Amino acid sequence: MSRPPRPETKLVPVPSKNMIPERDIDKDPILEAQHLGIDFGGLTAVDDFNMAIGRTEIAGLIGPNGAGKTTVFNLLTKVYQPTRGTVLLDGVDTHNMNTVQVNRAGIARTFQNIRLFSNLSVEDNVKIGLHNQVGCGMWQSIFRLPGYWKSEKLAHDRAMELLSIFDMQGLADAKAGSLPYGAQRRLEIVRALATNPSLLLLDEPAAGMNPSETSELMDNIVKIRDTFQIAILLIEHDMNLVMGICEGICVLNFGQVIAKGTPQEIQNNPEVIKAYLGTGRSE
Amino acid sequence: MKKLSPGRKRLVNNSITYGIVIAAFIVMQVCNAGGLLSPSIQGQLVPICAYVVMAIALNLVVGISGELSLGHAGFMSVGAFSGVVAAMSLQSVIPSDVIRLAIAMVVGAAMAGVAGVIVGVPVLRLRGDYLAIVTLAFGEIIRNIFNVLYVGVDEKGLHFSLQNEAALHLSENGKAILKGPMGFTSNAKLASFTAGFILILIALTVTLNLVHSRSGRAIMALRDNRIAAESVGIGATKYKLMAFVTSAVMAGAAGVLYAMNYSSMAPKKFDFNTSILILVFVVLGGIGNIRGSIIAAAFLTVLPELLRSFDLDQYRMLVYAIVLILVMIATNNPVIRGFFAQVKSRITGADREEQKGGAAQ
Repeated sequence: MSRPPRPETKLVPVPSKNMIPERDIDKDPILEAQHLGIDFGGLTAVDDFNMAIGRTEIAGLIGPNGAGKTTVFNLLTKVYQPTRGTVLLDGVDTHNMNTVQVNRAGIARTFQNIRLFSNLSVEDNVKIGLHNQVGCGMWQSIFRLPGYWKSEKLAHDRAMELLSIFDMQGLADAKAGSLPYGAQRRLEIVRALATNPSLLLLDEPAAGMNPSETSELMDNIVKIRDTFQIAILLIEHDMNLVMGICEGICVLNFGQVIAKGTPQEIQNNPEVIKAYLGTGRSE
Repeated sequence: MKKLSPGRKRLVNNSITYGIVIAAFIVMQVCNAGGLLSPSIQGQLVPICAYVVMAIALNLVVGISGELSLGHAGFMSVGAFSGVVAAMSLQSVIPSDVIRLAIAMVVGAAMAGVAGVIVGVPVLRLRGDYLAIVTLAFGEIIRNIFNVLYVGVDEKGLHFSLQNEAALHLSENGKAILKGPMGFTSNAKLASFTAGFILILIALTVTLNLVHSRSGRAIMALRDNRIAAESVGIGATKYKLMAFVTSAVMAGAAGVLYAMNYSSMAPKKFDFNTSILILVFVVLGGIGNIRGSIIAAAFLTVLPELLRSFDLDQYRMLVYAIVLILVMIATNNPVIRGFFAQVKSRITGADREEQKGGAAQ
């Protein structure tokens, strides 16, 4: 693999039973979820979820199907309002924020079932991501004042720059909906990055990709972290990817955190093995 | 031929739309000057312009913003009646017809915009069918308000009443402008085909410029996928409202133009049927396709008049309905669509070959 070896990091404990990489310990964690939980009717989907993510950490959230991983993403981005607990983003309580405000505060995400603006071009999709970064008001646009041309040029250049992360400049004019599956997933990441986040949530970024695409994606995720100096939290079923690039991993089962630690610790954790493979009693 | 960038392609596309409008205007003006137009068609020139603007306005809501509005005749009537009140009350102050028409349009557009905000703020929180139902109710409410609204003017200013003309308490020199179910009468017809043409150009420019901008992209993003749009920090209410109110403002201006073509008009002119008629223009011309809805609006406004001149007077609404059904079937039939796609690719096939070569280099 072309990826340079990652420097060995050690996970160190921070308050509220969380772990973040050693190099991020001097700074407050970018995200801290404390006792987060949500009920749907009588069903508790996620309960007592605690996690801290370091400023430049690549963290993984894994667990069997239906464990509540995407629900955690929806709680962090306020698609659902949590029933219990708090989310601190860069030390700020997100209690009163909605999805839009959480994004402006610094969390961007991709979706498990791809949600692109499929009728629009690839470039427009990225420009929509740049909405709060580059732009001019409605009147500037309607009267085509100089501010409009300046901001459009800026948005175009920035969009092309972002697309170049995945070598997608050539596809800028294509309709987003007509892209192959893997390219759509990559475009979602670019669009999320365009919002200038400090924490990027990736929901199954490698789903539907072949092994070579996945390995390329792993390189790119690390590259994104190194270039933008942001934290990344990803949900993934591909264990090669999770064990290959994640520094800290959190395992969910039935809405509860059953294990936290480095990839090595997780791989040897009996609770995790039980959750994935069963207890063996039924055999 | 070089491969066109989307920006350039858009420029060409927009130029074609403007070109069609300008060419149609010139042709009609020449025909009119040459006496080639029948009086019934001549009478339709201004209504065509008003309906074209309505179609552009509604397409902004239905096509670009993706919300179904069934009450756009309501905004049209708000514009129409407030515009007429403005024009008639200023009759003695401002002698110039052109300036009075312009003022009437600004007033009508502004009032319709206010109505758009009042309706839009609570209603745009609803989605899909609910929005359609509420806008439908709005159209009916507006019509009923104008049915009982009496407005008069004298030297002391405007007088309003919801009872009858006598309750206006006008002085001797005063005159009633809006008379409840009778609407307005003895209006000076200020509208002209040229004014209509200019209004179309303005509406077209505003719409196209808005669509191809940051705001327009946000509006379309919310249409395509609301959750994703919110996840990249686009506030739904602001941009839905922006499209809705812009559309209401254009509908108001179109209403003024329409009303100014007649010396009298009753509020029942702007009923549910009118809202549906405008929706038909949009659907027939293509949802989200501004150029298509312009052509559909012009064609469907002229069609009944054309049929009248072809001795089909008794059957003209029947023929009109059949034409509508046939066009709907034809545009949704996969075989026919495929045939047109094939024809199109054969015409542009040569270009595409070169485009491929260009892209490969």
